[in-house]
Amino acid sequence: MNDSIIRVENLTFVYDDGEASLTNTEENRGVKDISLDIKRGEYVAVLGHNGSGKSTLAKLLNMILTPTSGKIYIDGVDITAEDFSEDGIYDVRRKVGMVFQNPDNQLVATVVEEDVAFGPENLGLPREEIRRRVNSALSKVGMTSYVRHAPHKLSGGQKQRVAIAGIIAMKPEVIIFDESTAMLDPLGRRDVIGIMEQLNREEGITVINITHYMDEAARADRVVVINDGTVVMDGKTRDIFSKVDTLHSIGLEAPQGNELLWELNNAGVHIEGEGLTSEECVETLYNFLQGKTSRK
Amino acid sequence: MISDITLGQFFPGYSVLHKLDPRTKLILSVIAIVAIFFANSAITFIIFTLGAVLLIAVSRISFSVIVKGIKPILFILLFTAILNVFMTGGEGEPLVDFWIFRIYTEGIVRAVFMALRVMLLIVVTSMLLTYTTSPIALTDGLESLLSPLKKIGVPVHTFAMMMSIALRFIPTLVEETDKIMNAQKSRGADFSSGGLVKRAKALIPILIPLIVSSFKRAEELATAMECRCYRGDVGRTKLVKLEYKGRDLLWILLVALVAGAVITLSVLPYNPESYGVLYDILFYKI
Repeated sequence: MNDSIIRVENLTFVYDDGEASLTNTEENRGVKDISLDIKRGEYVAVLGHNGSGKSTLAKLLNMILTPTSGKIYIDGVDITAEDFSEDGIYDVRRKVGMVFQNPDNQLVATVVEEDVAFGPENLGLPREEIRRRVNSALSKVGMTSYVRHAPHKLSGGQKQRVAIAGIIAMKPEVIIFDESTAMLDPLGRRDVIGIMEQLNREEGITVINITHYMDEAARADRVVVINDGTVVMDGKTRDIFSKVDTLHSIGLEAPQGNELLWELNNAGVHIEGEGLTSEECVETLYNFLQGKTSRK
Repeated sequence: MISDITLGQFFPGYSVLHKLDPRTKLILSVIAIVAIFFANSAITFIIFTLGAVLLIAVSRISFSVIVKGIKPILFILLFTAILNVFMTGGEGEPLVDFWIFRIYTEGIVRAVFMALRVMLLIVVTSMLLTYTTSPIALTDGLESLLSPLKKIGVPVHTFAMMMSIALRFIPTLVEETDKIMNAQKSRGADFSSGGLVKRAKALIPILIPLIVSSFKRAEELATAMECRCYRGDVGRTKLVKLEYKGRDLLWILLVALVAGAVITLSVLPYNPESYGVLYDILFYKI
C-alpha cells in the first residue's frame, strides 16, 4: 500500500452541464469507473485522443475537480473522504504537481525567478529556502542563465521549462504533464521529454505524461490507454504497443515500428521480435532477413 | 508595429532607480504628482524639467524609448494645447483677433504649461514606476503601502494580484492581437482605410477572438495557480523582501526638497512691478 503513490478506485466524474465551462471544448467529457494504481517512481504515459477524459482524470488527481463518486488515495491518504480538510487540499496539490499545455497561461510573474518562486511562496516557506529551491529548480531544467529574464521573451520550450521549474520548486512527488509538449516545436519537445525522464530517473519523481504522441508514450515504462472515459488498456509499454489491433479499434496508432511489423504480419510475413523503437525495428527486420536469406 | 508600445512597460536594468524600494518610488511619484499640479510659472517648470532630465540620466534608459512612450499621447497633448490657446481669455490686448478667434498671451502660456505638465507627469511617473520597476515589485510595493486598509476589509492582496497579472499579460495579448490582425488581413480584412466608423467596425473581428481567448487564458491561468497552491495571501511568504535602505531616504529627501521648492515658488505672490524682465518671465503665473 505504501509504495503506491496514487490509487484510484471506481472513479467517476460527470460534468454538470450548468457547470461545464464555456471555454472547455474538448475536455468536457468525464470519466467512468476508473481504477488505477500508480507506484512511487513509475514513469507512466496516459494515452487517449481528445475528449477521452484523460485531462479530467489529471484534474481529479490534484483536486481541481471533485469526483462524483469513487475513491482517490494520494500517498495513502483518502482525499475523497468526507472529513478531508481544506489544508489537505494544498498538501495534495504540492505533492501532485501539474504542467499544462500552453506555457503562456501558467506563468504568473514577469520575471523568471519570481515565477518559479510563486509555488514556494504560496507554501509559506522562509525566504532563504525559497531562494535555494528557485536556484536548484532552475538549474535542473537548465534555465539558470535566464533568472532575470522576462518569460514572454523566451521560446515556447524555454517557457515550458520555466513552468516545470515552478513545479519542481514545490518538491512534488508526482508530476503530471498534461499534453505539455503539444504546443512545442520538436526541439522544445525533446528538451521537455528529457527533463521529464531526468526527473524520473534522478529525482525519483513519479512522472505521468498525458499525451497523444505515440513516440512519447513509447518511452514510458507503463502505458494506460483511456477511451471514452474508461481505462481500456493498462500494462507494460511493450505489451500495450504489441496489441496493434486493439489500439486501432479505438482510433489510436502504435509507434511506427510496431505498425510496420503489424502490416507485414497482415501481409503474411510473420516476424518474431520487437519494434517499439526504430532501432529495435531495424534489428528485428535485419535478423529476420538474415535468417531468411540463410534459409534459402 | 503594435509591439512598439512602450508606455507601461518594464525595462530591466541595474541603475539606482531600478534598485530603489518600490514603496519609495510610489511615494516619490505621489509627491511629484502633487508638486506638478502646483507648478504654475516658468521657473517651477524649469526646475521640474531639470528634475525629469536627471531621472532619465540616472535610470540609463535611452532617450528614444521615452520619446516613443510619449508619442501615443501626442495627439491628445496637441488637442488640449490648441483648445487652451483659443479658449483662454486675457486681460490685455489680444495677440490675434480674427473672426471668432482671439488669442491672448495667457492662452499661449497656459497651453505650453498644460502640455509640459502632462508630458512631465508621464515622464516622471513612468521613469519612477513602470520603466524601472518590475510589475511584481510594483504591486508588492502597492500591497505593502496599502496594507493598513486590510484592517477595514479592503482586499488589497487580491487587487495587487489582479494588477500584476494584468501587467504580465500585456505583452502576451499584444502578441496575440498582432497574430489575429495578421490572420484577418490575410483573409482580406482592411484596417487602415475608410472613415472612423468603418475602422472601428473593422476592429470587431479582432476584439471578439481576443476576448474569447482571454477568457480561456484566464481559466487556464486560474487552474495553474490553484495547482501551485495559490490561496490568496493566506500564509504566503515572499521571495523578495522589501527593505528601506539609506538611498531610499536620500531620494525621498531630494525629491521632497525639489517638490517643496516648486510648491513654495508657486504659492509666492507674483509682483509685476518690482523686478526686471527676467523676473517677469520666470515668475509670471497662470
